[in-house]
Parts: sequence; C-alpha cells; structure tokens
Amino acid sequence: MQKQSITQKLANPTRFMALSGTLLPWLAGIAVVLIVYGLYRGWTAPPDYQQGETIRIMYIHVPSAWLGMMGYALIAVSSFGLLVFRHPLADVSAKAAAPIGAAFTLLALITGSLWGKPMWGTYWVWDARLTSVLLLFFLYLGLIALRTSIEEETLASKLTAVLALVGVVILPFIKISVEGLSVPWLGLEIPAWNTLHQPSSVFRSDGPKIHASQLYPLLYSALGFTFLFFALHMKGMRNEILRRRVKALRIAEVDRAREKEAVAAAE
Amino acid sequence: MDLGPHAAFIVASYAIFTLVLVSLTAWLLFDGARQKRLLEDLEAKGARRRRSGETERTK
Repeated sequence: MQKQSITQKLANPTRFMALSGTLLPWLAGIAVVLIVYGLYRGWTAPPDYQQGETIRIMYIHVPSAWLGMMGYALIAVSSFGLLVFRHPLADVSAKAAAPIGAAFTLLALITGSLWGKPMWGTYWVWDARLTSVLLLFFLYLGLIALRTSIEEETLASKLTAVLALVGVVILPFIKISVEGLSVPWLGLEIPAWNTLHQPSSVFRSDGPKIHASQLYPLLYSALGFTFLFFALHMKGMRNEILRRRVKALRIAEVDRAREKEAVAAAE
Repeated sequence: MDLGPHAAFIVASYAIFTLVLVSLTAWLLFDGARQKRLLEDLEAKGARRRRSGETERTK
C-alpha cells in the first residue's frame, strides 16, 4: 500500500476532525499562556524614551498587523490548494480564515489610528501604508461578500479562490510601501513612499532596532496571538465541516422524501 | 499605574481589541455548538448520507 503524505492524511475531514479535536485545546492553552506572559512583560517594561506609555499599544497593534497579512497569505495558499490540487479541506480553510484575518486587519487599523493620534497628531492619513492596509481589509470583505452572494457552493469557492489569488498582490505592496525594494541583480529599485508610518523595527537585515525590554514582550505577544489565530482558524474549519455535513444530510433527506413521493404516485 | 496624558488612547485600544477578539471567539463557539446540535438532531431522526447507487436501488 502506498504511504500517504500528511496533507493526504488530512484531506479526510473525519480524520481532520479527530486530530483537530485533540490539538485545539492545546493551541488555545498555549495561546493564552503566551499572550498573558507577553502582555505582562510589555506592561511592566519601562516606557519608551520618545513615545512614553503609548508604546503599550505596540504589543497589540504589531501582532494584529502581522496576523492580518498572514491570514490573507493563508487564504491565498488555501485557494491555490483548491484550484490546483483540489484538496478537499483547502476551501474549508480559506473560508474559515477570512473573518479571522478581517478581524485582525480591522484591529490593526483601529489600534494604529489610536496610536497615531498622540504620536502623529492625526488619526488617519491617506499614505501608502495605511491605505494599502485599508485595501487589505476591503479585500477581506470582498471575499466574504462574494462567497455569501453565490448560492452554489462549488462555484462560490472557485470564484472566491480566484479573487483571493488576484488580491495577493496587496501583500508585497504593504511591505514595500514603507521600506521600498532594492534588488540590484534584477536592476529593480522601488523607493519607499512618503509616509508617516515608521519602517519595520523587528525584521530588518541589520537586526532589530528596538530595545530588548520591548522586543521580547512583543515577540511573546505576537507568538501568542499567532497561536490564537490558528486555534480560531481550526475552530472555524471544524464548524464549516459540521455545517457541510448538516447540509449534506438535509439534501439527502429531501431527495429520499421526493423519491418516496414519486414511487407512491407511480403506484 | 499612571499611563500619562495619552491614557485614553491606550485604554481605548485595549478595550476595542478585547471586545473584537472576545466577540469573534464567542461567535465561533456559538456557531460550533449550533452546528453540532443540528447534526445530532438530524442523526437522531435517522437522517443518513446518500451512498453511491442508492437512487438506483430505490427506483
């Protein structure tokens, strides 16, 4: 018998339900521990020498922004899995990730705005970073709206997957908007846009630019919220599998009732 | 803890953040419980999935 890969094993919804049922409490538990520890360290760290106490917003704003983008990347990979490999759980994954990614993107926008007012003097500017993240949020809403507007589930999943793959271009745009892009061997030089938003302080080629007393709480908090994202995503996938089972049972029952009626009418 | 002159922005950020994530979690838990209940109700009524070839046998 041919040995199955892990994705092939997980392609079976029943097997996925059993495995996720075991994993979910662990994911949620690890998330809570890491979030509490990260935020505790963040709130007991000394205030920033420039931003003062408002630096506390960073521990929720930065993970929200990362997870908003990661959620969309997850939808794009799942959509690719649906369109190319026809993986049975790919569409379930894409559908479950959309509201969670949208929520984190919305939180990045709101907390960023509340951080921006005391630091920049304004809640909002139409610059490249803020506008591109707003577009990401609208893309999420577009995916959710498109799926709910089409009743035929297979068609809805395929069209949503195509839109998700087209929209993935927003992710490098968000990154480039603040830092620009330089690829000398390709002769590619995209300058950073004029923006109030600061460039990345953590993932830089020359190492993190923030003090360890802020960096480690941020990393713990980000890791915790990442676990939370995957716990919520797994829960969303489980719900979607149950919803599809309920739908399949209802359709089967309606079909049987119609067939019985047809047999009775023929007799 | 003194949060300084911008306390309202910090508190509002955390309050909205908590509200959104708690609402999202509650919605997922509620939806899961609802789907499970619907499935159990259908199974209790004897509903079962269609197997291949079932239509032909019925006919």
